[in-house]
Amino acid sequence: MGWNRKVLRVNLTAGTCKDEPLNMEWANDYLGSRGLATKYLVEEIDPKVDPLSPDNKMIMSTGPLTGTMASTGGRYTVVTKGPLTGAIACSNSGGFFGAEMKFAGWDMIIFEGRSPKPVYLFVENDKAELRDASHLWGKTCWETEETIKHDHHDPQIRISSIGRAGENQVLFACVVNDLHRAAGRSGVGAVMGSKNLKAVALRGTKGVSGINDFAEFMKVTTEKKKVLADNAVTGQGLPTYGTQVLMNVINEMGALPTRNHRDVAFEDASKISAEAMHEKRETDGKAQLITNAACFGCTIACGRISAIDKTHFTVVNSPKYWGASGGLEYEAAWALGAANGVGDIEALQYANLLCNEDGMDPISFGATVGAVMELYEMRVLTKEQIGVEAPFGSAAALARFTEMTARGEGFGKEIGLGSKRLCEKYGHPELSMSVKGQEFPAYDARGIQGMGLTYATSNRGACHLRSYTVASEVLGIPVKTDPLVTEGKPELVKAFQDATAVFDAAGICVFTSFAWTLADVQPQIDAACEGDWSMEKLNEVGERIWTMERQFNLAAGFTRKDDDLPARLKTEAAKVGPAKGLVSGIDKMIPEYYEVRGWTPEGVPTEETLARLGL
Amino acid sequence: MKIRFKLFAGLTELLPPNRKSNVVELDVDDGTTIQQMIDVYRIPPRNAHLVLLNGLYIAPEARASSPLSDGDELAIWPPVAGG
Repeated sequence: MGWNRKVLRVNLTAGTCKDEPLNMEWANDYLGSRGLATKYLVEEIDPKVDPLSPDNKMIMSTGPLTGTMASTGGRYTVVTKGPLTGAIACSNSGGFFGAEMKFAGWDMIIFEGRSPKPVYLFVENDKAELRDASHLWGKTCWETEETIKHDHHDPQIRISSIGRAGENQVLFACVVNDLHRAAGRSGVGAVMGSKNLKAVALRGTKGVSGINDFAEFMKVTTEKKKVLADNAVTGQGLPTYGTQVLMNVINEMGALPTRNHRDVAFEDASKISAEAMHEKRETDGKAQLITNAACFGCTIACGRISAIDKTHFTVVNSPKYWGASGGLEYEAAWALGAANGVGDIEALQYANLLCNEDGMDPISFGATVGAVMELYEMRVLTKEQIGVEAPFGSAAALARFTEMTARGEGFGKEIGLGSKRLCEKYGHPELSMSVKGQEFPAYDARGIQGMGLTYATSNRGACHLRSYTVASEVLGIPVKTDPLVTEGKPELVKAFQDATAVFDAAGICVFTSFAWTLADVQPQIDAACEGDWSMEKLNEVGERIWTMERQFNLAAGFTRKDDDLPARLKTEAAKVGPAKGLVSGIDKMIPEYYEVRGWTPEGVPTEETLARLGL
Repeated sequence: MKIRFKLFAGLTELLPPNRKSNVVELDVDDGTTIQQMIDVYRIPPRNAHLVLLNGLYIAPEARASSPLSDGDELAIWPPVAGG
């Protein structure tokens, strides 16, 4: 069995920690992590619950491969109803926290209620208790990790925490673990903050036991690691250049959203790219990039560890930021950079550091700043209102906005609402580049048509990680498709969505899918878990997870009209590049997608579809 | 005719020393094909992975029959990915 078969239920209102058996019937239908935790959530909360009320629950969950010898088996998921979107929220993180939960003997932790005072959960193998966090409230994620490890005299403790953004319920606050890994999207950190839960600290020394067929598991995981090592992308491209290598690729294609999606190419893209991170700086002769890094059990090691230029205006008087730290990754570099027209890579790294330090999603934050800059250029917002001059391209404004939002100061409180609420407040809802209230990541839906459908139909709001059709439309993985056409994209998106749900539910990183297909994952799950885990079953599990999430959103009040893109992407054509003259074909793709899914024209799964999936 | 030739990631060092960042401007003979550029600059076949001509993907089988035009931008990457 790949599961520990044990759930920790923490009632923050009552201050109790109780263990209970994992529902193995559900595990058989939903596998683990994203799938299984979502099943628990939808069974236990009212879909219409206020996400920041005590009645919402938050679940931290591993998958059956988390903590095992399977490559990248270090992932864990935070599942809740998201405050940014009002939809299902499921944010996935690497690092070492997930594996530690498994080592301590737990599959998932369910948090319910609200603590009357700040607390943190401390788990040491079977022992779990809530502890006073008054001394941690107001501290950053970095300070919180350091303090807890110091207090327990144990540097091996693994910690997930919220920073001041989560405490202040910034609607795109994230949960940060291992200093610079994050369950980043949809505001899961704000839910944690609403519960007065500052951190979860884990120490597990049990290892992972109970692999169903250990000899076969070791054999097959070794074989599949070789597949990753021998693949040019996962064996060389990602470890050497990281995700940031996409900056120039997407810009050359004319699909790099720039200045709040007014443009599709950024003239300074090369200055904020992976290649720029490798270049030696004129100021100190050093490259920003120091090395790559891996999460638990990962044999790809795409992570970036960098050091900011000590002479840069953002940090010249702040030595605490001079050391090596995480970033830049592509999505963050895009959102903090191209989305705002900022071409100063050191300023981007500074903003990224602050997002890690105080727990903010740099995608939603950066994209919201893009909307603010557009409102400023339209003179809807003034310097007097926002505290700084903020034209597109201003690195100083970006840096100041990051500080203000992370610390809950001045206009930062309004940025912390996200672009949808902010743009509505100032009379221009059309300027929020979002779906279901969540901001777009780094691919323009006019130049990569499949990503438009991905965003519009993503159950957690605009997101690239629910069906990364860029792999096919841009990179040719597993087969090359034309990014400029809509034909075939509904089928492509569904296939990516369902397969990704299985990767997520297993507890492994979706980046393995650049080399692995589901057929490579299947024998690893089958060896780890009891029962039959055939390809047919896994395909069904993926579709079941997706449809379950959809059902939750429908019950929460979402309708067909929420599966849409902002008017800008449907009416303002790309100005340059291969997509010049094109808008998104989302209106054509949506009906086809519903049909492919077995949903009604209104986007509701039919009785037949639900019955087929056992829902 | 003049073209802009761009090599990225691990291919950058194959560009001439007068490159600016990842780009050089070149004078090339009329009729020069994409495959000839790949061969002349000694880009290993497996590393001429993602080839974009003015932003449009050119499949491997089309590169020998794709002549360049004045003002073209040719960009090449080894196998890379992100997300």
